[in-house]
Amino acid sequence: MEIIIVGGGKVGSALAEVLCHEHNVTVIDKNETRINSVINDYDVKGIIGNCLTTEALDDAGISKCNIFIAVTSSDEVNILSCLIAKKMKARHCIARVRNPEFEKQLVFMREELGISMMVNPDYNSANEIAKVLRYPEAINIDSFAKGRVDLAEIRITSGSILENIALTQLSRRLRLDVLICAVQRGNELIIPNGSFVLHAGDKIHMTASHSNMVKFFKSISAAYREKRVKSAVLIGGGRVGYHLAQQLKEMGIKVKIIEISEKRCFELSQRLNKVNIICGDGTNHDVIKEERVYDADAVVTLTGIDEENILMSLLAKNNGVEKVVTKVNRMNLMQLSETLSLDSVISPKSITVNQILQYVRAKQNSEGNNIITLYRLVNDRLEAIEFVVRERREYVGVPLKKLKIRKGILIASIVRGNELIIPKGDDCLMVNDSVVIVTTNSGFDDLKEIFD
Amino acid sequence: MNYKMIIYIMGQILRIVGICMLLPILVGAFYGEHHVIETFGIPASITLLTSFIITIKKPKNTAVFSMEGFISVSASWIAMSAIGALPFVISGEIPNYIDALFETVSGFTTTGSTILSDVEKMSRSVMFWRAFTHWLGGMGVLMFVLAVMSSNDVRTMHMMRAECPGPNVGRLVSKSSFSARILYGIYIVMTVAEIIVLMIFDMPLYDAVIHSFSSAGTGGFSMWNDSIGHYNNIFIEMTISIFVILFGINFNLYYYLIIKKFSLVFKNEELRTYLGIIASATIIIALSVMKQYSSAAESFRNSFFMVASTITSTGFAITDTGEWSVFAQTLLLLLMFIGSCAGSTGGGMKVARILIIIKTGIRELKYIVSPRAVATVKLDGKPVEKDIVRGASNYFILFMIIFSVSVLLISHDNFSIEENISAVTTCMNNIGYGVGRFSPSGNLGGLDSFSKIILCFDMLIGRLEIYPLIMLFASRKN
Repeated sequence: MEIIIVGGGKVGSALAEVLCHEHNVTVIDKNETRINSVINDYDVKGIIGNCLTTEALDDAGISKCNIFIAVTSSDEVNILSCLIAKKMKARHCIARVRNPEFEKQLVFMREELGISMMVNPDYNSANEIAKVLRYPEAINIDSFAKGRVDLAEIRITSGSILENIALTQLSRRLRLDVLICAVQRGNELIIPNGSFVLHAGDKIHMTASHSNMVKFFKSISAAYREKRVKSAVLIGGGRVGYHLAQQLKEMGIKVKIIEISEKRCFELSQRLNKVNIICGDGTNHDVIKEERVYDADAVVTLTGIDEENILMSLLAKNNGVEKVVTKVNRMNLMQLSETLSLDSVISPKSITVNQILQYVRAKQNSEGNNIITLYRLVNDRLEAIEFVVRERREYVGVPLKKLKIRKGILIASIVRGNELIIPKGDDCLMVNDSVVIVTTNSGFDDLKEIFD
Repeated sequence: MNYKMIIYIMGQILRIVGICMLLPILVGAFYGEHHVIETFGIPASITLLTSFIITIKKPKNTAVFSMEGFISVSASWIAMSAIGALPFVISGEIPNYIDALFETVSGFTTTGSTILSDVEKMSRSVMFWRAFTHWLGGMGVLMFVLAVMSSNDVRTMHMMRAECPGPNVGRLVSKSSFSARILYGIYIVMTVAEIIVLMIFDMPLYDAVIHSFSSAGTGGFSMWNDSIGHYNNIFIEMTISIFVILFGINFNLYYYLIIKKFSLVFKNEELRTYLGIIASATIIIALSVMKQYSSAAESFRNSFFMVASTITSTGFAITDTGEWSVFAQTLLLLLMFIGSCAGSTGGGMKVARILIIIKTGIRELKYIVSPRAVATVKLDGKPVEKDIVRGASNYFILFMIIFSVSVLLISHDNFSIEENISAVTTCMNNIGYGVGRFSPSGNLGGLDSFSKIILCFDMLIGRLEIYPLIMLFASRKN
């Protein structure tokens, strides 16, 4: 597809990096050095110019463009350039819009202005953090098949009922249909078989239907129910903090925001109800002690400075806070999370990138490809891909135990109509099934490639 | 430094060279030359085997930054010249390896200087290879690799920049490999068109192919000692001069023609200047050499052909410019420095650079007149990026330094100063002929081996535009 990205900053270049392999990408930016570094690093065309001028958009070939993505730092520029692009015959437009004031007119913008998708990184990050806090043991949760299948990443702590259990016993023990697709032990990534025994410290990736996943979390946390998050402290009251506080409040979690700027505190207190707002330096030890930050069940660090967030999280972890979530802006710092044993690191930028990528991939299927959704996990070492069986092939209708599936691939779930099947040897694929596979290899485009 | 990746890229380039060496075998087989099997078979199989071994395994770390890109390109050019010289030696047609190397470098860099006093003795297959080096070197062998390989290597810009001539290199379309395919597509179509037109004007197929390859790469190897003058056919001369002028135009402009962006082509300042220089130089030279020819038309015919052949850095001849007035000869020498357009197959310093340098000069004058003046250097009505302006001036300075040092180094042969200067000029600008003993009727065979190696480097420096070759020898301590 022909894709135009406006803005060559962190998000723009991260998108270019992923998209340039499969699509024809053109990047527009005013800044010469940025364009130079983007065209040096990735196989894309660069145009130096103002994205609001028809001249620059024409140069980029806007009339043939399938997807137009505006990710400059300014909301207004993003919206306006999408409008111009739409008038100049771009098929789909995506704008990054951060200002919460625009939130309520999303529908208007989509219906009346023709902007296909608005990405709000702050709101999405808040969503992501809320998800993590809802299931304290989970590190990350993604969903497939329009939310029917969840893929969760879970760390097994010592004392968990999952410890020292072989996978064959798992379903019987929990009386639930769940499937463990991959286990990360130390630096190793294993696609396990039935005799695999779980240990404390393993990170597991598992799939289950949404309702089973909720039950699963209930049963594993039944052992230590008191550890459910009931109170959370947010250090930093920026836009992510605002969205998160709202969501956590709805989940019945007591929220306290520590924000340094008096003006911002005042704004927050006007807009939020039933949330404690403290004006003070969240990195100051006296403030932390006074507000008993370490007594909270969860601490979320959301200041604008990555280093501060990381250090505060480590401190909170050392002081026995059960659940710590760290916001990091620079994506390359995400690598550190393993070494520093920070379990939940959230990067608004990479969330934005992932969301846009999903949209692009969805558009791609409507033009012939079979992939519905794709997630890259564990620093891109593990891929979870959702396919649809579109036509009758030789593998359709054959029990799975008779099919030869390549090494390093696991069929994690099959969705047939409204029913979710956690596949066993006797199940078979049918036309119109949606199939989620988990693999340590990458580059699968079609379901038939997973069979030998 | 990612040496593994450099070697891997070299392997891919050598594979293309190896496959291209198989072509002369077909030509030889067609004309019943039995020596082709060992002449080309041996070097081709060595090259293919080496490249096969090198490229079996792709390095894990595929990061290519500007350093790696520049070094892999310049090292590949040296390696392919060394290999390309083997057929001349094995066939015994150029027994001395240094001579053969000079001939090959002259071929790949599209210089077209020869050390042979009698090229007509050469067998048809070797002659074909000699012309084919022009064709391959003209657009660039790495471009060819990019065009045929469908890989996902993303950092190809650094390599394209190292091989493409001109101050500013960009992609035509968003994928490097597509850009390379478009350029090679245009190149092939134009070459075939030239072959057909030449055959319409009664040139035999083999001659047409040889001369089309030579002019497509703006090289200048001919199969006759008296070059194009051999045919004494005005239609052939005009066809070739018009085609070399076309090959000297930025290939991006042809792409714009294809996608119907005509205004970009007609308003292109570099193209206008280039055509303007050709027209005015033709008229001036024609007037200056008028009395040596029987008629004004004759004078214009010779002058137009030689100006086209010189400014595009081809180096074909239909007359001996050594007999022209000193003024005309000096003007030709100056045209050599200007060269053709950026992004073409031609050599020289490129019209775009000269334009930028002159405009920078004018801007400096403005600053002297009114020190508070603010002025931007513009090309095609758009401001030229600061780095490119700086790059053009630096290129000029470096070019002149290398030029002077080379003149000094080859001066031990005791030829006259102007002969030495013209030899270095012709090599660094990839033209093919000079003045005095190096004029179109002579050749560069009289130089000793040391001078030939110096000139080989000059040719590579001219073709790859200085930096890649300097990088190869620069210290890499960090």
